[in-house]
Amino acid sequence: MSGVSLLVQPVWLILLPLVGSIMVFLLASRRAAVGVAVVAGNLALVAGSIGRLGITGPWQHSVGGWGAPLGIDLYLDGLSATMLAMTALVSLGISAYSAAYFSAAAARHFWPLWLLLLTAMNALFLSRDLFNLYVTLELVGIAAVALTAMRGQREALVAAMRYLLTTLLGSMSYLLGVALLYHSTGSVDMVLVGEAPIPASVAAAAFALMAVGLLLKTALFPFHFWLPGAHSSASAPVSAALSALVVKVGFYILLRLWIEVFPALGDGVAWLLGILGGVAVLWGSLQAILQQRAKMLVAYSTVAQLGYFFLALPLVAAGGSRVWGAIVLLVIAHALAKAAMFMAAGNLLAFAGHDRIRDLDRVVQRMPLTAAALGLAGVSIMGLPPSGGFSGKWLLLQASLEQGNWPIALVLLLGGVLAAVYVFKLLEHIFTSGTPLGEPRAVARTMEWAPLMLAIGAIVLGFLATTTLDFLIIGEPFVPGRRDDY
Amino acid sequence: MTPAQLYALVGIGLFFVGLYALGVRQHLLPRILALNIMGSGVFVVLVALARRSDGVDPVPHAMVITGIVVAVSATALALRLMLRVAHATGSATLTDTGDE
Amino acid sequence: MTGVVRWAFAGLLAVLAFGLASVVLQIPGTGSALRSQVMAQLPQSGVDHAVTAVLLNFRGYDTFLELVVLLLALFGAWGLSDSIDEAPLDTDIDVLTELVAFLVPVLIVVAAYLLWVGAYSPGGAFQGGAVLAGAGVLLSLCDPGWRSRRVERIGEVLLVPGVLVFLLVGLASMLLGGQFLEYPRDMAGSLILLVEGFAMLSIAVTLHTLFAGTPRFGGGA
Repeated sequence: MSGVSLLVQPVWLILLPLVGSIMVFLLASRRAAVGVAVVAGNLALVAGSIGRLGITGPWQHSVGGWGAPLGIDLYLDGLSATMLAMTALVSLGISAYSAAYFSAAAARHFWPLWLLLLTAMNALFLSRDLFNLYVTLELVGIAAVALTAMRGQREALVAAMRYLLTTLLGSMSYLLGVALLYHSTGSVDMVLVGEAPIPASVAAAAFALMAVGLLLKTALFPFHFWLPGAHSSASAPVSAALSALVVKVGFYILLRLWIEVFPALGDGVAWLLGILGGVAVLWGSLQAILQQRAKMLVAYSTVAQLGYFFLALPLVAAGGSRVWGAIVLLVIAHALAKAAMFMAAGNLLAFAGHDRIRDLDRVVQRMPLTAAALGLAGVSIMGLPPSGGFSGKWLLLQASLEQGNWPIALVLLLGGVLAAVYVFKLLEHIFTSGTPLGEPRAVARTMEWAPLMLAIGAIVLGFLATTTLDFLIIGEPFVPGRRDDY
Repeated sequence: MTPAQLYALVGIGLFFVGLYALGVRQHLLPRILALNIMGSGVFVVLVALARRSDGVDPVPHAMVITGIVVAVSATALALRLMLRVAHATGSATLTDTGDE
Repeated sequence: MTGVVRWAFAGLLAVLAFGLASVVLQIPGTGSALRSQVMAQLPQSGVDHAVTAVLLNFRGYDTFLELVVLLLALFGAWGLSDSIDEAPLDTDIDVLTELVAFLVPVLIVVAAYLLWVGAYSPGGAFQGGAVLAGAGVLLSLCDPGWRSRRVERIGEVLLVPGVLVFLLVGLASMLLGGQFLEYPRDMAGSLILLVEGFAMLSIAVTLHTLFAGTPRFGGGA
């Protein structure tokens, strides 16, 4: 094995943040500097993997050298690389912000947990083994809860406890589904399980158990009950990570299961999830409009935006990888925009000492970069051109009109209008002038630049939509079955 | 019905008994215990069905050992979080909601 | 929850349980699942006990991540450790003190035995680590401050080698031309014992720290 190919092995994406986490745990100082360096290194490793993916196509790494079904395979294709790239970019923004945000006392708790969360997400996106995915899901869930609770305030503790019970319930449900599949097929490798004959009733029960578990973690309506509390009460960079990244991992596993393990799911399941998604879009948006506090508004916006991923599922059967591609574009656009929004909202909170929307006057004069970040992120959330949010929704609108699926087209349009209402509710108060209540506090420069860069990323994604869609289908992740080209 | 299947059904029963308690109990300690009982149910299903015609399949046993360590870790964090919630709100329940 | 809602909830769960039970009875249960493959590769795994071979070799990556979960729970508990007043334990009980003085050495021997026996019968790092942690818990029941006075620094240092040694062994196997955690065949047995030994110590110290609470480590503020 040559030096270069040794360095672009996917395991480094797991080992680097893990070693980084242990290092910042043992270090007595310079935790933020080491943490940011590790996350920057992670981005470089992802870039290397993407380069190799472009040259040699998808590849797998059989940990322990055994290969499935006896061993565990890591697998990298266009979809997993895209998710890793999204995670790496957003994590770098969040890390730059966190370096300025946390006091030294909070930093010593934040950085080890945050780097372990990155380890867990990378491991999850690389795994193709249903039981290994359970372990990574637990890692993600426990790290997310610990980061939420770390803030220590009463609301954060209660929200973290509810989040923990929910995420553990989800894991148990998922694991019972894995148990049924293993004993029916003799394997936990996704592709092998998908190829094995499974009695229809067992497949239905396993899918139901795993889907409910994952939907609890993804907070699809009506399983969103834990999300607004947890996402609004955590500290700003943690809120950004939870809303932008953590809720997506459940959806990612569900997508893989949908394609690889349960390709024979009927239209009924797609419609059920589609309807829940549609309700999530409308109900989450309405709740966002009604909120009086900026962070709650942004949190309910997440409930709504998650709905779009599921709303599109009825289009998948006829639309194939184009619809999947549009959904993944929305996932990335939301990750960039929502991380930017939560960090910008954190700036408002730090600047004004509160996040009551009505009293957020004059922010634009004092923090133009934060206001710009909110505006640009809002453009993508509303789905206005040019932005990643627009490209994704436009593709879905096209697909729904081609398939004559009017209900979905209608929800897409209505959701955009409602999003405009809540985004403008936030912007309107920031852009008006008035007398500030109390003395505003200065916010560090990196805390303004980090959300702005991510918001710009959400806009730029609109111009890169075609490139992203072409990259995404390397290794045909949206077609079930084993590929021979690695 | 084979003995292995009977044990598997016991596992399913434990899973739902735990789910019931998780749903109806208010205090966090029984709710955390309920999650552990659900986990035990899943582990029993995994191990019970591992008995095959030609002997015992070791893979589910290894999975259960991994699962137990994960469950222990999660429970430890849950208990510590429960203590903090009780300390901050004066009661070890989730009735004191700041949201919704 | 009112009585009616409880009954409705119980009824719903009973229906779901009944449905799932009937599904479980339809699982074929024929064939040997992965048993035959495990048995065929067992001579290559470096140990004679099938479960240990799966845990430390075939699916060693799961076990590696499992140690990360333990570390994560510890980091999480550490972030929550401030300012909880715990009721002081009544430690002045002769029976307890006598019992612990007798049991702790025995438990240490049992833990070492479990680790060693794991190579060819049930046992291994987690079982040994749990017993060792139990010994630590017994000591804490008698004398809550024993660790901070005697072995606090050692305890801190022992939290991470479980993961780190596993990781280094995995990297070494990559440098030797294999995949991550692909042990060279003739060294597999000794490498597994090495990994398990450090894993046992880290598991024991982590579990005990989670029990004893309020770890004060991690350098300065």
